[in-house]
Amino acid sequence: MEKMPAWADAVLVPLISLLLAAILSALVIIGIGEDPIAAVKLMVQGSLGSTYGWGYTLYYATNFMFTGLAVSVAFHARMFNIGGEGQAMLGGLGVAIVCLYMPWPHWSLALIFATISSAAFGAAWAFLPAYLQAKRGSHIVITTIMFNFIAAALLNYLLVNVMRPAGAMDPATAKFPEATHLPTLHDMLAPFGIAFSKAAPANVSLIVAIIACVAVYFLIWRTKLGYEIRAFGHSESGAKYAGISPVKITVIAMLISGGLAGMMATNNVMGESERLIMNATEGAGFIGIAVALMGRSHPLGVFLAAILFGFLYQGGAELALWTSIPRELIVVIQALVILFTGALDNMVRMPLEKLFLMFRKGDA
Amino acid sequence: MTSAPAIELKGISKAFGPVQANKDISIRVMPGTIHGIIGENGAGKSTLMSILYGFYKADKGEIFIGGKKTLIPDSQAAIAAGIGMVFQHFKLVENFTVLENIILGAEDGALLRPSLAKARQSLTDLASEYGLDVDPDAIVENLSVGHQQRVEILKALYRQADILILDEPTGVLTPTEADQLFRILNRLREEGKTIILITHKLREIMDTTDTVSVMRRGEMTATVKTSETSPAGLAELMVGRKVLLQVDKVPAKVGATVLEVENLSVIDDKGVERVKGISLDVKAGEILGIAGVAGNGQSELLEVLGGITSGTGIIRVNGQDIDLTGKFSDGRSRRARGIAHVPEDRQREGLIMDYMAWENTAFGYHHDPAYQSGILMNNAAIRADTEAKMQRFDVRPPNPKLTAKNFSGGNQQKIVLAREIERNPDLLLIGQPTRGVDIGAIEFIHKQIVALRDQGKAILLVSVELDEIFVLSDRVAVMFDGKIMGFRDPAQTDEKELGLMMAGIVEEAA
Repeated sequence: MEKMPAWADAVLVPLISLLLAAILSALVIIGIGEDPIAAVKLMVQGSLGSTYGWGYTLYYATNFMFTGLAVSVAFHARMFNIGGEGQAMLGGLGVAIVCLYMPWPHWSLALIFATISSAAFGAAWAFLPAYLQAKRGSHIVITTIMFNFIAAALLNYLLVNVMRPAGAMDPATAKFPEATHLPTLHDMLAPFGIAFSKAAPANVSLIVAIIACVAVYFLIWRTKLGYEIRAFGHSESGAKYAGISPVKITVIAMLISGGLAGMMATNNVMGESERLIMNATEGAGFIGIAVALMGRSHPLGVFLAAILFGFLYQGGAELALWTSIPRELIVVIQALVILFTGALDNMVRMPLEKLFLMFRKGDA
Repeated sequence: MTSAPAIELKGISKAFGPVQANKDISIRVMPGTIHGIIGENGAGKSTLMSILYGFYKADKGEIFIGGKKTLIPDSQAAIAAGIGMVFQHFKLVENFTVLENIILGAEDGALLRPSLAKARQSLTDLASEYGLDVDPDAIVENLSVGHQQRVEILKALYRQADILILDEPTGVLTPTEADQLFRILNRLREEGKTIILITHKLREIMDTTDTVSVMRRGEMTATVKTSETSPAGLAELMVGRKVLLQVDKVPAKVGATVLEVENLSVIDDKGVERVKGISLDVKAGEILGIAGVAGNGQSELLEVLGGITSGTGIIRVNGQDIDLTGKFSDGRSRRARGIAHVPEDRQREGLIMDYMAWENTAFGYHHDPAYQSGILMNNAAIRADTEAKMQRFDVRPPNPKLTAKNFSGGNQQKIVLAREIERNPDLLLIGQPTRGVDIGAIEFIHKQIVALRDQGKAILLVSVELDEIFVLSDRVAVMFDGKIMGFRDPAQTDEKELGLMMAGIVEEAA
């Protein structure tokens, strides 16, 4: 017998966690002498109140969808991929190579190849940690963290010494050619007569992210590979019994995970900055962990959680801009959300389960 | 009534959420007797004993020790009340000596030496009093399982226990060791100790106890004098209906050799040789039973045959070599060669406990073309197939969407059996087919195994239950220390001989 109906598990638990995080955040805001209600209004206004705000919220959400999916796929194989950050950085390199060194007649072709290239670079960056885990037992958490630093150093070197155009002062590549610029939501919605802010960075890679969500759903729940990944994640001894190779599944799951993280670069590198800069990922790889936890590793949950974190990111930026609430406090609020939805999940779940049992007894 | 009962429980109830583990249980155990508690898995025996030992707090009810009402909030209080517990899984520090283990938690002061000296003295007394000989300076991990169990008993006696609770004590013992244990228990009874024996083995109850209480679904269904009951009667009380303890079997119609094993060795991860060059064969239409105490290489034998681990030697199925180390030494390739495998541990291997029944029905056979539609799995087809299999194997509840962990042990096993048997394999490997399975389901499972044999399939059975080996096997091999001690015809051998072989002693036939 299940303890709770599925809807309570999927919807009620995260909502209550979110509410608790909000209450605690409000207390912190009161503590520094600001008005929490005004702060919430400002966040909502700034992130959802205009197409400009939406444009930023969805731009961040696109990043988080990719990294959230990446962490989710690895989770299903019971691996903790903390290397989304590094894999996304390498994905940026893949995008930059495609956009800078190949001529493209149209952005759509460039996007397809940039997606493939970014996925390949991200996957390649995940391969070594996966191989070490599968063959040598080196813990994937340690190796992927270390690979984040290596990725940052590698990019630093390449941007300063190899890819920087002659005479440029900042460690970044040249601007990508016009033909590779992706249409923003403004461009995409204009033919339908919808006026969308021109300045906001959300772009067509949001569609790529949504396609990725659907594809991951089918991969995990409808294909043999997904079946094997989940089986391995639940029980390695069971997988061996069924003839599923742990080495193969570990490597394949991490390649998919790294590929998804790498694909984030189509949004932030190709869609927004239109050149490769240092630290382009802005911590999205780590936010992906929170998104996957809150989304319970399900693509639909990841989609919704990514939008929530997009809202927090954009709303937080607005808060820092218009009030004396420091930027750091936004990090505190985000951390509280992560803490409650991710780490303290059981704190909400267990009392709720008891409550449902009590009701059920009442029915019987 | 001459004296007060050693233990009396009145109206004990305990619920875990909606599950009523113990319902209004009352029981009287007289001093100086062996009292058996028998029941299927999940009947509430262990919960009841955990309440008595202070691990759980009863929702309702009272405990009287020697006629006095006693509260037992924790195990300290239980020990103080003179209750000692011997757990199924021993709670010993393996790299300590026997003496160190005995005083652990009962040291008299900060310095160990006086306690050790005192313990050594009383150990000598206890040994002579009850025939419990153990070398006090031996390191526990070097002792045999039977001796480790004695240390557990000594631990309880050293703490002045008058009441000894033993939870499934013979699960890990050879028949000879079990006999020795029961001799010790008899001696303890003669010295006036009270013993509660929890078991699911009818024979142990019949052989050793004075009184027996039967539990079913959290309730105490009966308490009877052992001399006034029979195994069949007890089984009926346990299950709630008449049970056949014996499977009707026609003589085996043996055909061609299906499985040939030559000089097979298996070395585990730690570099220990678990299977030491064994050879055997199984023919179509026969059941070869492998008997032995757990941990003598049977598990490793099954795993290498099932493709889970690799080994060296030769395995042939229907005359063709099987890959033991290379690319095709996995479960999938074995299945393709007509080998089905019901593993010993269904929760760790045979099932994914978090998968639904239908997902588990495809487990290992998820490449079957009948389960695919294009690049996706045909979940509807798998569910329909599961429903049919659940129907034929009487899995309850017959709901393909229920998660495996929510089925009882017997029904989980039926899901595995249905999956493997209905593949119509040439060779079925089956380990501990009825471990943790209720009596009602045992009968059904045994019948299915015999039916498969009657269809002319070869079956390799591994079981630590000698009764099961005798009921099912057409030939018996005994494993000890990674080697086969010999083959016997079950009709021409007995438990005594097999028991000796399980302990590594072969008496050459006179």
